[in-house]
Amino acid sequence: MNTAFISVQGLTRRFADPSGRGELTVFEDLWFNVAEGEFACVVGHSGCGKSTILNILAGLDAPTEGHIIAAGKHVLGPSLDRAVIFQGHALMPWLSALGNVELAVSSRHPDWSRAQIREHAMKYLTLVHLDGSETKKPAQLSGGMKQRVGIARALAIEPRMLLMDEPFSALDALTRGSLQDEVITIRNATRQTVFMITHDVDEALLLADKILLMTNGPKAWIAEIVENTLPKDRTRAQLHKLPNYYPLRNHLIEFLVRRSRELALAPPPGPTAHRSLPIVRPATTFAPHAPTTALSDPAGEAPAGRLSASHVSAA
Amino acid sequence: MTQKWLGLRAGLVSLALFALIVGAWHLATAGTGTAVKMDPAYAKLMGATATQGKSAMPGPGEVGAKIWQHLKDPFYDKGTNDKGIGIQLAYSIARVGIGYLLAVAVAIPIGFLIGMSPLMSRALDPFIQVMKPISPLAWMPLALYTIKDSAISAVFVIFICSLWPMLINTAFGVASVRRDWLNVAKTLEMSPSRTAWRVILPAAAPTILTGMRISIGIAWLVIVAAEMLVGGTGIGYFVWNEWNNLSITNVITAILFIGVVGMLLDQLMAKLQRLVAYAD
Repeated sequence: MNTAFISVQGLTRRFADPSGRGELTVFEDLWFNVAEGEFACVVGHSGCGKSTILNILAGLDAPTEGHIIAAGKHVLGPSLDRAVIFQGHALMPWLSALGNVELAVSSRHPDWSRAQIREHAMKYLTLVHLDGSETKKPAQLSGGMKQRVGIARALAIEPRMLLMDEPFSALDALTRGSLQDEVITIRNATRQTVFMITHDVDEALLLADKILLMTNGPKAWIAEIVENTLPKDRTRAQLHKLPNYYPLRNHLIEFLVRRSRELALAPPPGPTAHRSLPIVRPATTFAPHAPTTALSDPAGEAPAGRLSASHVSAA
Repeated sequence: MTQKWLGLRAGLVSLALFALIVGAWHLATAGTGTAVKMDPAYAKLMGATATQGKSAMPGPGEVGAKIWQHLKDPFYDKGTNDKGIGIQLAYSIARVGIGYLLAVAVAIPIGFLIGMSPLMSRALDPFIQVMKPISPLAWMPLALYTIKDSAISAVFVIFICSLWPMLINTAFGVASVRRDWLNVAKTLEMSPSRTAWRVILPAAAPTILTGMRISIGIAWLVIVAAEMLVGGTGIGYFVWNEWNNLSITNVITAILFIGVVGMLLDQLMAKLQRLVAYAD
């Protein structure tokens, strides 16, 4: 695929078994692409290796086999092109909010003057509505504000893509909601390519363009790619009123509670099969218990959000 | 409000205890009147200790007067064996300062190395484990023999005793910098030296400062003993010299001064510690 901005090719990660004998395969032979400007989201249970994929993509971990091409470059280590928003915010507690963003900006632009760095950092703190709190230390900020600083820090280096590792999982529901809105606004403005890990189905449906469903580990594999057929201008407030919402949601929940476990026991359908992962568009249906899995042609001819019964064609 | 009252009450209790101790001290050392009948000429020769049951221990009044006398003129210099207590303390502080700063210059870089490299950590561990429990004074003969200068030998002893707590704390602090922060540094493509200065050093600073605070305490403990051995100058030598003069009043005075200076050094390090502390 020429449009692939991030191309994950045959990715495998094995760890030495803690007992010292043999190896533990976290996931094996993963293939998927993320297009430029696309928001991709991996959903799976904890322990399936979601974070490991993100760490490899960030360059903080190395795959046992396979490789990743990101923005035309082989991923061999961390890069300022790929900014990470960490689960635990990972702010330096001895620096102020502004200091944390400035540290990132000065890493990106070592030749800039102090004033330039400050101005640029301040611009991004303002973007996440933290102007006025820039002198505060992380310990003086609430959980949501800390994560906002984390977002500002990631955006301030103007990366080619954003990697988010369950960025809002440590926050309460209200704060999470407002931060999700923030992410939508920022992304609508920047059309940033985003790769996010989550286990929150609603978060995935709200934010992502496509959702990669990962089976349980060990030897996890990506079972299918669900295309988000909800309208692009969806908001958190009207999400649950959208006609396509429940079929999609049911499909994801069904995967998490049942299929992720069953598929983990079943071997993946052969190594080459991953290269043409089934792309699924749970179609709009007015019957809540209608079959929610609709395997469509991988070429993706079926228009999103079509008012039709599910149609299945061989991949 | 309660906090203020607690402070006031604690202060009052401290004062009461102080009065109690000084009072007991006074009673224990006060003369009991004429205890032994003897020839006046002989009694004069023997002094109050023998004739009036007066303790050889000076009372609080005598020590207080001595302290006042030292404070009035701390920096006089009337030859080798008669220098003001200020001069003696200055010598000791200078020795501690030099030995301590040398130890900082050695311990922090090596501590960084050990903390960052698991290989060096394992390779140097047996050396540290063996060297650490050696009493710094055990090095003294070797230092005197090799350096051939008693003043420098004392500095060396301070160096060697301050080294270990700082080394071990620096290594520990550096090794336990949060993985997340190092990952941030990596994703920002920071160079190793930039990571060391901007991330590892501030992250490990509180632990390093703890080591430095322990070290300054040990150095101040050791300097007194070292100076008793090398002689010449310093508060340790002063104590020993006054013991030879059988001036217990001066010995007690010196002990109190040693305590106060030690406390001030510790407070200085505590201040630095607060400066680099961060709430996580």
